[in-house]
Amino acid sequence: MRGWFLPLAVVFGFVFLYAPIVSLVVFSFNDSRLVTVWGGFSTRWYGELLRDRQIISAAWISLKVAFFSATLATIIGTLGAFVLTRFSKFTGRLILTAMITAPLVMPEVITGLSLLLLFVSMEQMVGWPAGRGMITVIIAHTTFCAAFVAVIAQSRLRSMDDSLEEAARDLGAGPVRVFFDVTLPVIAPALVAGWLLAFTLSLDDLVIASFVSGPGASTLPMVIFSKIRLGVSPDVNALATIIIGFVLVAVAIAGWLMRRAMRKEL
Amino acid sequence: MSGGNALTRSAPWRGTAWAIGKLGISGRTLVIAIPMLWLLVFFLAPFFVLGRISLAEAIIARPPYTPLFERGPDGSFEIIASLENYRFLLEDALYRNAYLSSIWIALVSTIFALLIGYPIAYYIARAPEPKRSLLLLMVILPFWTSFLLRVYAWMGFLRSNGVINNTLMSLGLIDSPIQMMQTDFAVYIGIVYTYLPFMILPLYANLTKLDGALLEAAADLGASPMVTFFTVTLPLSLPGIVAGSMLVFIPAIGEYVIPALLGGPDTLMIGRVLWDEFFGSRDWPVASAVAIVMLFLVVAPIMWLQSVQNKREEG
Repeated sequence: MRGWFLPLAVVFGFVFLYAPIVSLVVFSFNDSRLVTVWGGFSTRWYGELLRDRQIISAAWISLKVAFFSATLATIIGTLGAFVLTRFSKFTGRLILTAMITAPLVMPEVITGLSLLLLFVSMEQMVGWPAGRGMITVIIAHTTFCAAFVAVIAQSRLRSMDDSLEEAARDLGAGPVRVFFDVTLPVIAPALVAGWLLAFTLSLDDLVIASFVSGPGASTLPMVIFSKIRLGVSPDVNALATIIIGFVLVAVAIAGWLMRRAMRKEL
Repeated sequence: MSGGNALTRSAPWRGTAWAIGKLGISGRTLVIAIPMLWLLVFFLAPFFVLGRISLAEAIIARPPYTPLFERGPDGSFEIIASLENYRFLLEDALYRNAYLSSIWIALVSTIFALLIGYPIAYYIARAPEPKRSLLLLMVILPFWTSFLLRVYAWMGFLRSNGVINNTLMSLGLIDSPIQMMQTDFAVYIGIVYTYLPFMILPLYANLTKLDGALLEAAADLGASPMVTFFTVTLPLSLPGIVAGSMLVFIPAIGEYVIPALLGGPDTLMIGRVLWDEFFGSRDWPVASAVAIVMLFLVVAPIMWLQSVQNKREEG
């Protein structure tokens, strides 16, 4: 793989990755309604986007859902990972192992449909959850995001030096104190990574939310999907550009923080 | 550090701990119970509900399916369950074709993702340090933007008056636009594009571990770079290829959004069929039966494959 072939394949790969995104951004500043025909520079779609109450409220719902799902998923995923790495024998260990990783390979349509049917049956039998809305979306997102958090937490817990926990126990700390004073601080960076992943996964999900959401609780992907189903629409380009901007700024800040932390270590 | 951290020192925490102790539940049981109960209720139980509703019949009511039990006139319970929905799935060629074509589309997309992803992973693994991190970041970056919007970006690209057709026409290469949207081709592109980072990352992780001495040894023994690649690098990177391919194939097979937005009306994928059955025909029992068959035909083999792979890695 030397000579011209490799660089060419790599350039092609990156053009493939970035060309659609670049064109998305460029045409968000297009004055014409025909998304792909250039009609002069304009920011009118950004203005229209900010006046779109439906999109603004859906974005707000999505952020709330993502925040609560990521937090719950981090708690449940971490507990699951902790139980599986630290308790060698207990009833139901096998089933917990299977349940915690299975959501990773479960098609979204199945997760969404089965959870909706559960919510409907539960409502019939015990009266809760009454109807569907933000709560049911949060429950659904927590369940599939917890699997991702558990995988990250599990690998960190496994690679962690257990002599730290042993030392704390030998010095007389109870199991709860060992967890909060030793284990948690050590695995904290992995949990932050897990939380962030869960947050983005929740923010990004269309299929599961479409099944389990109810009237008045449309998430941002649901609103975008109903808009673009009928074809391209320039205000979605503007929205995409804003999201890309956010991601770039977040990555730049994360990179800067990491570099600073590395310099401190040196 | 005396007395633990702020949380374990706080009054409500101690109160709760004391109350739990009084109930005779050990802390250990409680820690196990939280994730266990959550997943039993919200992950495992839904499949039983799914199975039960797949045996019901669709009716116009809320909820739109027949109950499982019915009280007879003499007060006895009657179980109403039928395999009618499954018979329907078996007889209607639509469903069989949808399962088969999902597997086919996922397979073709995985192969394309491998062909595009492998050179990139190889190049990044060989790159010197600052460049390597930058390229890796560039691979991951699109993944952090919205999945839906990345699919949407291709809609603007592939349309009849989209970027590709406009460019080709203005260059005079074609006279009339090529139909690219609403074809299987567009679905392949969408899947490859969306899941490419999942292919590149495991491949990269595998290829960086490759011992350079092996390549030198092959070269010293007179192997051409081409021969070295096919006899040393490629076989050694097989675990990376398998891992990356699984990460593309698995989500691709149940995909709904990509065929719905980029595919044509005749692009059959099982996720889309299930969606239409549920949201379009409002036939919950048939949608449930489609999901159950999908669980046994698609999900179960994948989980089995993964457990075999995990055992091999541990062993």
